[in-house]
Amino acid sequence: MDRTAGKVMSMREAVAAFVHDGDTVSLEGFTHLIPTAAGHEIIRQGRRDLTVVRMTADIVVDQMLAAGCVTRLVSSFVGNSSAGSLGELRRRIEHADPEPLAFEEYSHYGMICRYLAGSQRLPFYPLRSYAGSDLPSVSPGIRKVASPYPAADGSTEQIYVVPPVNPDVTIIHAQRADRRGNTQIWGLTGIQAEAVYAAEKAVVVVEELVSDEVVRADPNRTLVPAHAVDAVVLCPRGAHPSFAQGYYDRDNAFYRAWSAISKDPVRLREWLAEWVYGTADHAEYVTRLGEEFWAGLAVGEALSEPVNYGRRL
Amino acid sequence: MSEERTKTTGAVTSSELLSVVAARELAGRRTVFAGIGLPTLAAELAHLTVAPEIEVVYESGVCGAHPSHLPETIADAVLITGAEAVLSMPALFGCVLQGGHIDVGFLGAAQIDRWGSLNTSVIGEWASPAVRLPGSGGAVEVMANAREVFVVMRRHTPRSFAGELDFCTTPGPDRALADGIRPFGAGVTRVITELGVLARDGVGDELRLVAVHPGVTVEQVRAATGWELKVADAVTTVEPPTDAELRLLRDDVDPHRVYLR
Repeated sequence: MDRTAGKVMSMREAVAAFVHDGDTVSLEGFTHLIPTAAGHEIIRQGRRDLTVVRMTADIVVDQMLAAGCVTRLVSSFVGNSSAGSLGELRRRIEHADPEPLAFEEYSHYGMICRYLAGSQRLPFYPLRSYAGSDLPSVSPGIRKVASPYPAADGSTEQIYVVPPVNPDVTIIHAQRADRRGNTQIWGLTGIQAEAVYAAEKAVVVVEELVSDEVVRADPNRTLVPAHAVDAVVLCPRGAHPSFAQGYYDRDNAFYRAWSAISKDPVRLREWLAEWVYGTADHAEYVTRLGEEFWAGLAVGEALSEPVNYGRRL
Repeated sequence: MSEERTKTTGAVTSSELLSVVAARELAGRRTVFAGIGLPTLAAELAHLTVAPEIEVVYESGVCGAHPSHLPETIADAVLITGAEAVLSMPALFGCVLQGGHIDVGFLGAAQIDRWGSLNTSVIGEWASPAVRLPGSGGAVEVMANAREVFVVMRRHTPRSFAGELDFCTTPGPDRALADGIRPFGAGVTRVITELGVLARDGVGDELRLVAVHPGVTVEQVRAATGWELKVADAVTTVEPPTDAELRLLRDDVDPHRVYLR
């Protein structure tokens, strides 16, 4: 069977095929390579009743909340980076306005361990967190067990564990992939690989689709191999307002602006109408921002030294 | 340093004051886990003064950063280019932090209690809060796994220095012990505020006032604290930032005033 068959597709096709109403959807990217364009397409297609799993729930999650796509959120940080608040998320949690939001609150390593358990088909994952915290009382997935092995002093050690997370689909953004889905990421690599392996299906959105030879010239840079990927979507600048190392910089001004935009529900919905519902796809969003705007986020070159993989003589 | 006292020409801002005091406390420390903002300034200033060997580990996974510009976020691209290492989340949180390689973790909070436990989740009831705050991030892990924790609190009020936390996101070691789990580190050992410095040694120890800024009285700090604050036998006065420290902070660490405002 041809392993490349039908993997490369448009964002519209990928979201239509892999994101369904009621699904658990993981969107990962730790401040770097946030799959914003994928979130926008989920909004355009009007998905409902999603459980969103994301360590740092930030702008794209606030937008999906405002669009009415999400009923449950699993996260370890719900803020607009260091730039302020998420207006819609706060209205949903503080006032159930316009509807309640079910929230499962973890810490970063708790989320990481949930992905590790999910990706490795383990029933739970232990971590040295949560002792004495109020988090287990509100997120009952966090439980305490006795270690089956005696501690050095012979005593029985108690340890907290978290349950696996197995999303229906994980969507990540990456610098590049080949047509089979071998995905290369550099810079901050976060939890993307584990989030992909934890999921039933995985969609990889890339800045560049490259030849097999480019990938195979540097196999260590492949973070997610083809066998874990179901769809490859070419979507340049699809991580805006976050950044793609070596491609474009973070749009810090937009992060700062979002606190004010999201604070006013009318203004937030006007923003969605203009920039998400009012664009056919991400290419139109990119065009509408304009070349002058993108020039402001351009980055210069800082090339790595090539390594020698060697070749049998 | 006393011969280089600040001249009145450059009034010291609270950000500068907190950064300078935090930097001095980093003397002799080797690895610091820091977020962006004042901890970054403190660590950078410490690197130029009292702790030349200090290594900052960022929550995004960057170790040994050599940024060309002051980073605006923990994941700023300038932290990655030229860094000594960039780690995945499981390696950073699992091996570096939980593995016990961090000397000092810097944390902030909306509320802190006398044992150094922190609330960054909610003001009010968790299920229907008056204010939903960002939550833990990696704070639970920093507290559980760093040898000690420094907390920088911009506001010192009875509401933020709370007799009882609205919610305990990040427990100190005393709460861990009460939950039947032996803590690894000392928990919060320093709290740096606009009024002074509180200190704590480890399990079983309450925060106590050890130093006040010039012009601040012990009574003022007591009144601003939401519990009966213990006071050290000899409360010292914090040495004001020196010209040399301020020059480094303003000219070398944050010349574009990303954080110093």
